[in-house]
Amino acid sequence: MNRQAVRLTVNGKPWHGEVPTRLTLVDCLREEVGLTGTHVGCEHGVCGACSVLLDGEPVRSCLMFAVQADGRAITTVEGLAAPDGALSPLQDAFWECHALQCGYCTPGMLIAAHALIARNPAPSDGDIREALAGNLCRCTGYQQIVDAVRLARRRMGEVPP
Amino acid sequence: MSEYRYVGRKRRTKEDRRFITGLGRYVADVTLPGMSHVALVLSPHPAARIGAIDTAAALALPGVQAVVTGAEIARHTNPILHGLALPGVRWYPLAVGQVRYVGEWVVAVVAASRHIAEDAAELVRVDYEPMAWVGDPEAALAPGAPLVHPDHGSNLFYRRTFVWGDVAGDFAKAHHRLASKVYWGRSATVPIETFGVVANWNRGNDLLDVWASIQMPKYPDQMAHCLRLPLNAIRVHYDVDVGGSYGVKRGIKHSVLVGYLARKLLMPVRLIEDRLENMVGGDMHGPDRRFDVTLAFDADGLIRSMKMRALDDIGCYPGRSPLQLAKPVGAIVGPYRIQSVEYEAVAVATNKTSQVAVRGFGQAPTNYAIETAIDRVAAHLGMDRLAVRRRNFIQSHEFPYRIPSGTDYDSGDYDAVLTKTVARAKLEALIARRDALRAEGRLAGIGFATCLEPSGGNGAFEPLFNPANDTTTWMESCQVKVDALGGVTATIATSTAGQGHQTLVATVTGEELGFDPDCIRVVHADSLQALPGNSPVASRMAIMLGGAAAGAARQIKERVLAIAAHNLQRPVDRLVYREGAVFDLDNELRTLNWAELVRIAHRKYHQMPPGMEPGLQASYVWEVPKGGTMPTADGRVQMYPCYSFECHIALVEIDRGTGQVAIRDWFMGHDCGTVINPDIVHGMSYGGIAHGIGAALYEEFAYDENGQLVAGSFVDYLLPSVHEIPEIALVDHCTPSPLTPMGQKGSGESGYLGAPAAVASAVNDALSPLGITIDRLPMHPSRIEQALADKRADMGEREGP
Repeated sequence: MNRQAVRLTVNGKPWHGEVPTRLTLVDCLREEVGLTGTHVGCEHGVCGACSVLLDGEPVRSCLMFAVQADGRAITTVEGLAAPDGALSPLQDAFWECHALQCGYCTPGMLIAAHALIARNPAPSDGDIREALAGNLCRCTGYQQIVDAVRLARRRMGEVPP
Repeated sequence: MSEYRYVGRKRRTKEDRRFITGLGRYVADVTLPGMSHVALVLSPHPAARIGAIDTAAALALPGVQAVVTGAEIARHTNPILHGLALPGVRWYPLAVGQVRYVGEWVVAVVAASRHIAEDAAELVRVDYEPMAWVGDPEAALAPGAPLVHPDHGSNLFYRRTFVWGDVAGDFAKAHHRLASKVYWGRSATVPIETFGVVANWNRGNDLLDVWASIQMPKYPDQMAHCLRLPLNAIRVHYDVDVGGSYGVKRGIKHSVLVGYLARKLLMPVRLIEDRLENMVGGDMHGPDRRFDVTLAFDADGLIRSMKMRALDDIGCYPGRSPLQLAKPVGAIVGPYRIQSVEYEAVAVATNKTSQVAVRGFGQAPTNYAIETAIDRVAAHLGMDRLAVRRRNFIQSHEFPYRIPSGTDYDSGDYDAVLTKTVARAKLEALIARRDALRAEGRLAGIGFATCLEPSGGNGAFEPLFNPANDTTTWMESCQVKVDALGGVTATIATSTAGQGHQTLVATVTGEELGFDPDCIRVVHADSLQALPGNSPVASRMAIMLGGAAAGAARQIKERVLAIAAHNLQRPVDRLVYREGAVFDLDNELRTLNWAELVRIAHRKYHQMPPGMEPGLQASYVWEVPKGGTMPTADGRVQMYPCYSFECHIALVEIDRGTGQVAIRDWFMGHDCGTVINPDIVHGMSYGGIAHGIGAALYEEFAYDENGQLVAGSFVDYLLPSVHEIPEIALVDHCTPSPLTPMGQKGSGESGYLGAPAAVASAVNDALSPLGITIDRLPMHPSRIEQALADKRADMGEREGP
């Protein structure tokens, strides 16, 4: 089986290893890097549960090989909180609004929402739905997820005292 | 204001924090040293005899540890139990002798990695001799139809006609009779996490450890039966987070297979379905049901009687699927005062993947059939659709209300909830909007559904459909333990698939003990430590686990009061418990605080009441309220104890060109008694409505003329995204149940039980100006578009040149 060296920056920390060339990025993150927060849902790029940020852009980590990410920076759900463990405003809003039930799609939803806020700090309701439309959730009917992103938008828009 | 301090208040859940930080622990996150992986060889045929199986090339691949066939499994395991007595129907994890549906597992390959296992699976050669097969359940009942299980001699797995009340007399008395036919297509809840299981045979202790994404009553019992092990040789770890289930995560064949392999190979083995395995052969499809409903009614809309025939295509192996025809017996008249019912339930085997429990256990299809029939009565009489419903609602003063099939509904106020929802929806304005859209030439419609969610499930459907099964106990349990420093820990006997059991138990326990729920720890026992329970099915945990937690917490309070009475030398009835402390009603200065009470219980036996057990702990095992009775000979039984009500009002618009349905507005009135955590209940309702919209408009496990599943991926099986699900307005109402400690009822299936009926009602209202009726779910855009095109062609013909 072909193996190849890969260097990644995962949540700000360097990681390197030799992996099978056919190993998907999501399997690499889960099994080699040891970060199991990123989930496998459909393995064909539809459900979005495996979303991660690749150099800041949301991608499906089931649709690319780990070797294709060589030299790139990846953010997973484990990297969204501050280094001291403080939740990001979106994470906190997800908790406040109970924007999840089983939690399986949640990492992907959070990644999609973080990518949205990063490029558009004041998204409209339509922007929010557009940004989440590539991620499937079977528990929530999406309402509390949309509510959470709205709450985070509002809180982040507030001028600190 | 509520009488409760924590119950019913908006509070953050206990579970969410680990999920938003990526720290959930799902079955795919369980890794054991030296763990092997399973891949499967699937049947390409809907029916074929299995000839030679050549495993040599697969076994020769480096890293492959075993290749196992059905013949081997059948020698070493017992067939999987199913709900009915069906001689000649033998269900094993791997096909034995013949395959019976496309996707059935034929060979299991175990290897050092899933990659290698998949490579090896491709090297397995199976000789098949294709056989005649049948995919249509009506055809399967015809004489001479190919037999799915030749040894059983028939494709009919269950048929019984129940008659409750004077159906013939009521039909004779009624002014009108109206028959309708509807079809509920094959869909399921399709969690984003597939099913997975890890097993390890613990040689030092002769113990099979199991981690699984499971939601299944009596799961360890079934594994023990199949694996020929004592029940106490199986330890299921219930602390695995389950990535969604909504009924379908039964996984019994997966677990028997992996349990067998782990014991055979003496190594940890894991099987995580990939999406195709899950969709085509994971045994997780839902009801696939044809209904014939005839209502007998008077000119003023009073419905006297109903005849219903439900024919369910259950696929290949029965599992619990025929029983999904039985559960609706407990709400067979919906929220209506229908006096008599004839119900014919028919379960038919076909060469498709097996049907399993889906949210509502058959109630959502039944509600769709009833609600469609009610709409047609309204149309027939030229009455308002809600007026017909109100004409027949059971009234709030009539509870407990016994329906013809023998179940008592506990409480409700259907009129009040509907009135509240109509007001919130501003129904007159909504109708004006629909009519304005129509005036612009658009297809717009309003849909209604009013229906029940039976909750607190017992298994009364089991003895109802299978007299050999006399199970009437459906308990749930909770242990509450106060540690030596006064901390409270509750232990529950189940895994959780997003229902928030930790929050539920912490809230109820906190309410009873007067402690902040955030300070109460809730843990999942494993199956050997756990007290008896029946898993979080059937909208039962707010009732049953909430009831068990309340019962245990109340025992703690009793013990604390007894300790205080002994030490304060006061009679118990002159003492009061408040937030951990005990006060003397006659002298508020005489008190014992929590730390003192706990210290006495744990450390000062000399201050304990004589004979009292040391420590401070309680266990409570609760039988389902009103449970424990067997059905009568004519099939009357108390099904579930508590009945939640929901009513839906939806405005939709249909694109004339594409047939696409856009939902403009959605309101749901909901009465599930006392709510423990509003965010959790609301979330389940939103999610249930989304499931219902999916089942009504998009989701279908379609098979082609060759018996192949053509919706095996998320590209073909369409799950609604945030674009297809509208903003939903929930309207809360509370009629407490008299049967539960806090008046709570169930809500885990809410939304799903009425949403499909409401969508169908709205679509048909939108199409009514054209004289089109669609009587089949899902109402795919293509299906609607075809109906519109047919109508245009028909009109063109009639207008002529």
